[in-house]
Amino acid sequence: MSELDERGGDLAVPDGWTYAPAPESRDVVRLRERYGHFVGGEWLEPSETYETLAPRDEERLAVVGQGTEADVDRAVGAARAAYADGWSALPGPERAKYLFRIARILQERAREFAVLESLNGGKPIKESRDVDLPLAAAHFFYYAGWADKLEYAFPNRRPQPVGVAGQIIPWNFPLLMLAWKVAPALACGNTVVLKPAETTPLTALLFCDVLRQAELPPGVVNIVTGDGRTGAALVEHDGVDKIAFTGSTEVGKAIQRRLAGSDKRLTLELGGKAANVVFDDCALDQAVEGIVNGIYFNQGHVCCAGSRLLVQESIYEPLVEKLKRRLETLRVGDPLDKNTDVGAINSRAQLERIEELVASGREEGAEIYQPPCTLPEQGYWFAPTVFTNVAQSYRIAQEEIFGPVLSVLTFRTPDEAVEKANNTPYGLSAGIWTEKGSRILWMAQRLRAGVVWANTFNRFDPTSPFGGYKESGFGREGGLHGLEPYLDFGDSEAFGG
Amino acid sequence: MADRLPVKKTYKLFVGGAFPRSESGRTYEAEGQNVARASRKDARDAVRAARAAQPGWAKATAYNRGQVLYRLAEMVEARIPEFAALCSGRDEVEASIDRIVWYAGWADKLAQVLGGTNPVAGPYFNFTIPEPTGVVAVLAPEEPPLLGLVTRLLPPLVGGNAVVAVASETRPLAAVELAEAIATSDVPGGVVNLLTGSRAEVGPILAAHMDVNALDLCGADGETAELESLAADNVKRIVRGRADVQSPWEIASFLELKTVWHPIGT
Repeated sequence: MSELDERGGDLAVPDGWTYAPAPESRDVVRLRERYGHFVGGEWLEPSETYETLAPRDEERLAVVGQGTEADVDRAVGAARAAYADGWSALPGPERAKYLFRIARILQERAREFAVLESLNGGKPIKESRDVDLPLAAAHFFYYAGWADKLEYAFPNRRPQPVGVAGQIIPWNFPLLMLAWKVAPALACGNTVVLKPAETTPLTALLFCDVLRQAELPPGVVNIVTGDGRTGAALVEHDGVDKIAFTGSTEVGKAIQRRLAGSDKRLTLELGGKAANVVFDDCALDQAVEGIVNGIYFNQGHVCCAGSRLLVQESIYEPLVEKLKRRLETLRVGDPLDKNTDVGAINSRAQLERIEELVASGREEGAEIYQPPCTLPEQGYWFAPTVFTNVAQSYRIAQEEIFGPVLSVLTFRTPDEAVEKANNTPYGLSAGIWTEKGSRILWMAQRLRAGVVWANTFNRFDPTSPFGGYKESGFGREGGLHGLEPYLDFGDSEAFGG
Repeated sequence: MADRLPVKKTYKLFVGGAFPRSESGRTYEAEGQNVARASRKDARDAVRAARAAQPGWAKATAYNRGQVLYRLAEMVEARIPEFAALCSGRDEVEASIDRIVWYAGWADKLAQVLGGTNPVAGPYFNFTIPEPTGVVAVLAPEEPPLLGLVTRLLPPLVGGNAVVAVASETRPLAAVELAEAIATSDVPGGVVNLLTGSRAEVGPILAAHMDVNALDLCGADGETAELESLAADNVKRIVRGRADVQSPWEIASFLELKTVWHPIGT
């Protein structure tokens, strides 16, 4: 065995080799100094504002509005007026064509959006360019096609729009989450008031320019920026018929409580603590790639991230060894560099939460590994992290970290794997790695999670329903099933008696 | 004096396939009878029985679940006069039987109507299947006492869930009769648990219970807001069911959708 083989030369970059900087130009993005709220097709001057930053270096990117109750009220009013004024009654094929237009414009302006997404959110340009943008455009394209076919989606039912949808989205996939929310709502004939996440408003605000280009009637989509107070005002507004929320389980529960007894419809896509289960007969190298993609994709800011690695005992040592070597090759740094694998943590608050949970892991007795890497001095950064020697009771095995931190646990039998995987209040996603087909299906049947990836991880598609079991929420986004939360059915009488 | 003194029935709870009195020893008078008044502990015992029975019921083949529920219709049919005396009459019993048969037939059709394969843009086989959400708590409507209960009970049941149902408070006898039919119909013990007593007392316990996955508030009346707020503690699925409705979408309210991906390759 050569020296190179012994030290895993197949993966590791030899000492002294470095990647030259390959920065994506940000000239394609022209930011305004100040943005208002987008209400009724016009910019509403905000009464309160805050600055939105670039997490890579805390550069101040723009001043944006901190939406007040009055701002939300005007946006809901504009959405209601647009709903009544014709959007809900517009023939399906016409609604469809607006959505097709939006999809096309997003494709045409994809680079601009991708750069802005990486700038404002901190994710690697490679990901915003190759994942977020193509998927966002595909989502609009997919739901465009449903707008005039709704009666075929729900046989023997009479689908009707719900009304005004209030939508609150997170900061991990800002534009993609906007697409997941806005596309099905519009396809079903609803109008929308959307609140982007506090730290990542810019692609949503740029999206307003897409709406202008698409000539979408004013008020069909309204965007109010701000923090949790703005979201609360939207949840509580009497003129909203439906709330769709993606975010933390804690806030999701608060929203569910707030809406108790009201007639507002609700869907929740909340947190996760997914088990990624690796059996001893897996294709080891592929599994390692899947594990890395599962937890370090988007800095681990992914609700369905494979944050609990369950490894069959017999391959624990070789797998962890390979994983550590693979981690050494991850390039952490400037989100706008085309070679970057792991970008910046989205905000100071999130960085502090990650640091706090990682400290708890050390204190509780887990063993930490971080590859040698130089983190930039400015901005928010956290090195890819693996914890071994983790017990199920540790906080790092139970709580959603939402960062690039993997907890490794072991199991002996498939039954034990199922029990450990399901030992969580969450149920959003899960992974299985084995070459045995019958075992994949056996596992897939038993894992209590809304999405199960077998021999792959973190795949998304507009045709594929996504959503959680248990405390990961209810309702599905994507696919035919993703229409249902945005429709009312006047058919109950038809089936009665 | 009559030649023969009839033997009267003791109206008890139905938990884990057995007919216990309330552990509290309490009863209340309804429809001229002393009926068990379930306690908080009875409600928790019922949830535990439901949780224990649920995986087995879900794992039974859909064909088998359909046959077992059809068997329940047979058992009710055999007792039409008894049931008729405890509800609005023969029509209600017959409608209940027909509804049970209708839902029984859905067991092995749900996956094809509600699930499917998804044409994702990549080399993956991707499919979506419905699965039971788990343990479902049902507050049955006050009226009609039999058809209302059957209407709310069958949708979660046919989908593979286990149920803890609280019977009509003022007219609980039809529910107790139904429990006896269920006990003789091959429905595994614990899959259906029926509580009689005060809805105001038991409802909040079930709504707040962390091992209940979904809550049907059909009979909740004025307490909806309080119960829904309690239900948020573990993000329960909430259904404001109607007392007289029959639809596969009623079943869907108690189902989760699971999507599975696998690469296609050589």
